[in-house]
Amino acid sequence: MAIPFNLTPALPEMTLLVSACVVLIVDLFVPESRRQISYWLTQLGLLATAWFSLYVFHETPVHTFGGTFIADALADLLKFFSCITVILTLLYSRVYLAARGLFRGETFVLMMFSLLGMMVMISAGHFLTLYLGLELMSLSLYAMVALQRDSDVAVEASMKYFVLGALASGLLLYGMSMVYGATGSLDIDRVAVSVFTGNANRTILVFGLVFVVSAIAFKLAAVPYHMWVPDVYEGAPTAVTLFIGSAPELAAFAFAIRLLVGSLAAMWVDWQGMLIVLALLSMIVGNVVAIAQSNVKRMLAYSTIANMGYMLMGFLTANVNGYSAAMFYTLTYVLTTLVGFGIVLLLSRRGFEADQLDDFKGLNQRSPWYALMMLLVMFSLAGIPPTVGFYAKFAVIEAAIDVGLVWLAVIAVLTSLIGAFYYLRIVKLMYFDEAQDQTPLEARFDTRVLLSLNGLALLLFGVFPQQLMGMCVVALTRSY
Amino acid sequence: MNIQPFLFYAFALILLCAALLVVISRNPVHAALWLVLSFFSAAAVWLLLQAEFLAIALVLVYVGAVMVLFLFVVMMLDVNFAKMRERFRSYIPVGATVGILVVVEMALVLIGGYLSPAAVQNPAPSPPNFSNTRMLGLQIYTDYAYPFEIAAVILLVAIIAAIALTHRTRRESKYQNPADQVKVRSRDRLRVLQMPSEKKGQ
Repeated sequence: MAIPFNLTPALPEMTLLVSACVVLIVDLFVPESRRQISYWLTQLGLLATAWFSLYVFHETPVHTFGGTFIADALADLLKFFSCITVILTLLYSRVYLAARGLFRGETFVLMMFSLLGMMVMISAGHFLTLYLGLELMSLSLYAMVALQRDSDVAVEASMKYFVLGALASGLLLYGMSMVYGATGSLDIDRVAVSVFTGNANRTILVFGLVFVVSAIAFKLAAVPYHMWVPDVYEGAPTAVTLFIGSAPELAAFAFAIRLLVGSLAAMWVDWQGMLIVLALLSMIVGNVVAIAQSNVKRMLAYSTIANMGYMLMGFLTANVNGYSAAMFYTLTYVLTTLVGFGIVLLLSRRGFEADQLDDFKGLNQRSPWYALMMLLVMFSLAGIPPTVGFYAKFAVIEAAIDVGLVWLAVIAVLTSLIGAFYYLRIVKLMYFDEAQDQTPLEARFDTRVLLSLNGLALLLFGVFPQQLMGMCVVALTRSY
Repeated sequence: MNIQPFLFYAFALILLCAALLVVISRNPVHAALWLVLSFFSAAAVWLLLQAEFLAIALVLVYVGAVMVLFLFVVMMLDVNFAKMRERFRSYIPVGATVGILVVVEMALVLIGGYLSPAAVQNPAPSPPNFSNTRMLGLQIYTDYAYPFEIAAVILLVAIIAAIALTHRTRRESKYQNPADQVKVRSRDRLRVLQMPSEKKGQ
């Protein structure tokens, strides 16, 4: 099978790699007081990558590099959104990073390499590329968590993340080797053909699938592979928490799509059962344990776990409707997380971390506008109309009911009612409690504008979800 | 009787035992040496699969370079491993239960059918003058050029991360900047004080 050696589909990756290397070199010669230069170069590189992701837009899937690289509509869209997410993350966390001595070239470069890893995962056409992309992303993340190396919590979180991440990689490799043993190939398309025609040994395939699904669950932070999430979210500097909680979710979604839909779609009966268990446990454990948290970052960590459970509910329906609902859920969840952590970052200042629930007391008196933004975030996470979270939950529940999983949908609704308690508790703290801390909120102009736009987008997509949903459906139908 | 299966089982057994000892040995230097043994046995298994280049690379790179460096690090660091293990014992029951459960489940699946020699075919024997190394080189730089490049980027990230996490500018360092020394002006260093003159002998 001769596949032409075409570089054009990989234009976004190459742009990102080149700009990361440029930032790495330029940063060496930039004096401490002019660190802004590296920052703006990074933003420029990310913007160029985002633009190229759409510029190369592929109507039909294109393979290159001997089939190890797939470029399709899904990949282009997810790459574009990942870039935008990282741009916003950097923008929101600029002041926070500067106050903690993390406004350094290494932070920017590690973020860019991590994004590169995600993009490699998103357009992987081969198990080897998928694994290497995962490692590239994770290695950069481990280092970023530990960047504040004088903080014991951060170093502990990084170690935990590293050890558990290595375990997950081991599980993934073991699963992949089993799939290789059964099908004789690591190429995603060839594996798919081999599984579909039934030439492969089914027992070994299911055996490998168990390990592959475990690795996916670890990356998605689904129960019972969720142990690392609360500790890493709490221990990492908030800016890094925002990074971990946003773009990698998109990559993890792509990872699941490439593995389960791209190569093992013919075994959907087997993985559907596994995903039902994961989704069910995530929704219950995530929402119930989040109630007991007094730390906002830990609470949002459990909220991530619960939300990935809802996302999996759309995914496990094994049809394009379900996948689109899951993609819509992931995209809008990332959008919501960005605003939520953006406000946590805004409330923090030099020598002070606003990571306790009490820090949100009386936010309405200090800044009505940001209180309103946080209200939108909480309403969206709780799934209250007219915010986008409502439509996202509605779409995944509808997808589950369509395939006859009514009992799962009922549990999803019940757990989301439990979840509403701790989301609305923050709203209560902001609007009905006296402020303990009267320090005015300060933010740069660009942060203020983009955070507000990002917050209003939750409302906009909630009222008009059709465009974004249509985009997800088109991307998935054109790719699979 | 063919000697190959016998060799395979012997090396596989050594590999498993050595790997187990890496995890359970108390002395980290011993653990590193057991790891060397497990790399050796793995290399021998690869040799049996006619992957001679990979086997040699494993011995040269891992045994020769990585593990020697690792031994150096372990000897240089003064880590109290006994203290780190203090609470380790309390996790043994849970860990052992889960571990044994996973192993038993895996064994139940794998023993049925997969282990029979008929289930997997041996690879066709290579023709004479077949160069494993040459094929590997051709594959890496053509079909697998993209993963190869990503692996390079991963190594770059490892370098950046290692430097970012360990490099500190030392406050007490006596580092001199010649440019600053040359540019210095007398009024930066010398302060002339005006004082009323004093009479001798008072």
